[in-house]
Amino acid sequence: MVDPVVASRLQFALTTIVHIVFPVMSMGLAPFLVYFTWKEIRTGEVLYERLRRFWTKIFAVSFAVGTVTGLVLEFEFGTNFAAFSETAGALFGGPLAAEGMMAFFLEATFLGVFVFGRERVSDRLYFLSSVMVGLGTWLSAVWILVANSWMQTPRGFEMATKNGHPVVLLTDPVAAYANPRFPWMFVHMQNAAVLSVALFMAGVAAYHLYRRRHLNVVDTGNLDATFWQTTLKVAIVALVISAPFQAIHGDAYGRHVAETQPQKFAAMEAVWETDSYVPEYIIAFPTSVEDLTNPRAKDIFGIGIPGGASWLASGGDPSAEITGLNEFESSPPVAVVFWSFRAMVALGFWFIALAFWAAYRWRTGELLEDHLLHKALMASSLLGILGVELGWIVTEVGRQPWVIQGVMKTSDSVSQNLGSTEALATLVGFAVVYFALLSVYSYVVARIIRTGPAGPVPDDYDQPRDPESPTPTREVPADD
Amino acid sequence: MIELSNFDLPTLWFAVVFAFLAVFLFLDGFDFGVGALFATRGDPEEKERLLAAIGPFWDGNEVWLVVFGGALFAAFPPVYAALFSRHYLLLFGVLGTLILRGLAPEFYEQRHDESWQRWWGRAFVVGSVGAPFLLGVFAANWLLGTAGPTLTSLVVGLAVVCMTIASGAAFLGLKLRGELREEMVAYGPKATLAFLAFAVVTLVLLASRVSYDVTSAALVALTVASGVGYVLATKQGYRYVSFVTAGGMTGSFVALVGTLMYPVVEPVRGLTVAEAAVGSPSIELLTGSAALLLPLVLTYFVVLYSAFSGPIDPEEAY
Repeated sequence: MVDPVVASRLQFALTTIVHIVFPVMSMGLAPFLVYFTWKEIRTGEVLYERLRRFWTKIFAVSFAVGTVTGLVLEFEFGTNFAAFSETAGALFGGPLAAEGMMAFFLEATFLGVFVFGRERVSDRLYFLSSVMVGLGTWLSAVWILVANSWMQTPRGFEMATKNGHPVVLLTDPVAAYANPRFPWMFVHMQNAAVLSVALFMAGVAAYHLYRRRHLNVVDTGNLDATFWQTTLKVAIVALVISAPFQAIHGDAYGRHVAETQPQKFAAMEAVWETDSYVPEYIIAFPTSVEDLTNPRAKDIFGIGIPGGASWLASGGDPSAEITGLNEFESSPPVAVVFWSFRAMVALGFWFIALAFWAAYRWRTGELLEDHLLHKALMASSLLGILGVELGWIVTEVGRQPWVIQGVMKTSDSVSQNLGSTEALATLVGFAVVYFALLSVYSYVVARIIRTGPAGPVPDDYDQPRDPESPTPTREVPADD
Repeated sequence: MIELSNFDLPTLWFAVVFAFLAVFLFLDGFDFGVGALFATRGDPEEKERLLAAIGPFWDGNEVWLVVFGGALFAAFPPVYAALFSRHYLLLFGVLGTLILRGLAPEFYEQRHDESWQRWWGRAFVVGSVGAPFLLGVFAANWLLGTAGPTLTSLVVGLAVVCMTIASGAAFLGLKLRGELREEMVAYGPKATLAFLAFAVVTLVLLASRVSYDVTSAALVALTVASGVGYVLATKQGYRYVSFVTAGGMTGSFVALVGTLMYPVVEPVRGLTVAEAAVGSPSIELLTGSAALLLPLVLTYFVVLYSAFSGPIDPEEAY
């Protein structure tokens, strides 16, 4: 039978990997919705009303799925990781309770006003509700990352025994909750969410612009064309700011990890022996077949930048020493961490290139004609979310075998009384339910996107227009 | 920091945790009740009106469950750990039904063809009936210190379902107009009588397991009085009174469970409130933040409920 520890870990991995998609969508969309609402109220333009309505639909669906999948995670701490909950509860439970009281209420109650209340409340309260929803999504990340950052770099506690169980006692709330890792994680995560949604919006806009490429899309009399051009431009602005920032910030974040979690950093770089002038490998493979499954493989074939990893770890010194994995009693699955990190960084550079390519085309006035750019944007629309997933894999797998770095092993954190049949049953159950969930979500979001902002697409959508005929105007049907 | 040492914070948090559970079972309870009553309607337009009635509210109402879980985790970690791992499959059942209930209204509206709406409509009903039933079973198992379903916990599950239907009918009395309202409201007294019957059976079944005292007897009386008040008010057409008495039923019933348990909070391991609670400064931080945040939360709910007060118009469909 399957080991309950393995089943619980797989289940938590599966449920978090799926869950994170939805908070990324809502955290990333939130600032755009605030902007569209503000513009709608200030200018009274139908364009911004349509932008707000369209992206709110996607927000609402993402929020609904995010809520239920997030509830699953909260329960899993108790059902599958009871030993962790009992040990860490005094420190870890507080942020979860605070997330509910401070963030979810804000988000969920004002989302009711935001989605249903345009005709019912004043402009001022309506705008305020968009801000509150956004604030709620971001505060939710604050509390989750306060809890998670403590697991990465635990501070402000001491160990004791209570009711026969090891428990952490909170001794210094400031050290524990104003954890050194927190600001790094929060900034990296929020910027990643905005970047991911900007890529998504750009991809969606590019899809519509590409589909109507036969038309003279610069023609501003057409509401749909204006809608997608504005979406694309807003997304490009966000991309140009967030993509380079993510790389610069990520570089500094890497140094912080090297200082505070040397084992994780060594895994990210696959450094086995403590050394200086450590190269930054672009690619690396074990040289013998047996070593593929051996996380302690020493013989690596790789292509690297001399001194690169040392340079990253120290912030500019290629001779800096990096502690190798062999210095530690245990190590995470190195290959997973190494490749996830590389893929994330590679995506980051691609986003920067894409942002500046798009910005350059905008400047030269060819934004709507560059079909290659449109294709690149479409292909990249989900890559931001992929980058977030990879980043979380580096963060969470890189910390193994510890659930609380240096304090508690993941294998000790699972519920003691959990049977393998139960664990396997829920693992399989979640695999099926989450597959269905993702399928329906993707289907519904794709449908919203295909349909576009204002009801069905007109029949002549893909037909070349007679240049002699006047600009077609059509009634914009009310949304919903 | 305020001197809190001579104040019994663990007991306060025991009360707070049950209060969160009660607020959840009343507020999201009427959403569940509307979900159950959804099953009685065949006409798509009527179904839309039921969904529209809870549309703006249910997201916020559901957060009380998250907060109940969070507060239990933060204030009594060993209880959270023991209770949740012991009720492993039951809680995955709760999650499954909440997933169905949470997604159904959102997805229902995405396509207007018959089979899509039929399936999401069913998911909505299954989730709305299943979640309160399983939560009732969970609460009874908690009190009794049992893991699997017992006769008592199944009866409590049914009682909670009837309670949510009564709340849902009372809520619809405030949110609908016309014939549909009268038809929905009429389910309320029937559900209340069924709830009272199940509650009496529960008390009889519990008699050998727990000892009743003055407080619990008073709460039994309050539960019955609220139920009777509900039936009378509904027959007279006092809709707000029906709604408030539905809340009274829920509150006193949940308080009864808490009272019968106190001072033990984890019956299997025999942990009392004092033994299971987190120490200082965790519990003081928790108390301070809750004292600051709950008035804010109350404000949000006042904004939400006043923005959408009164009956909904048919055009306001979800």
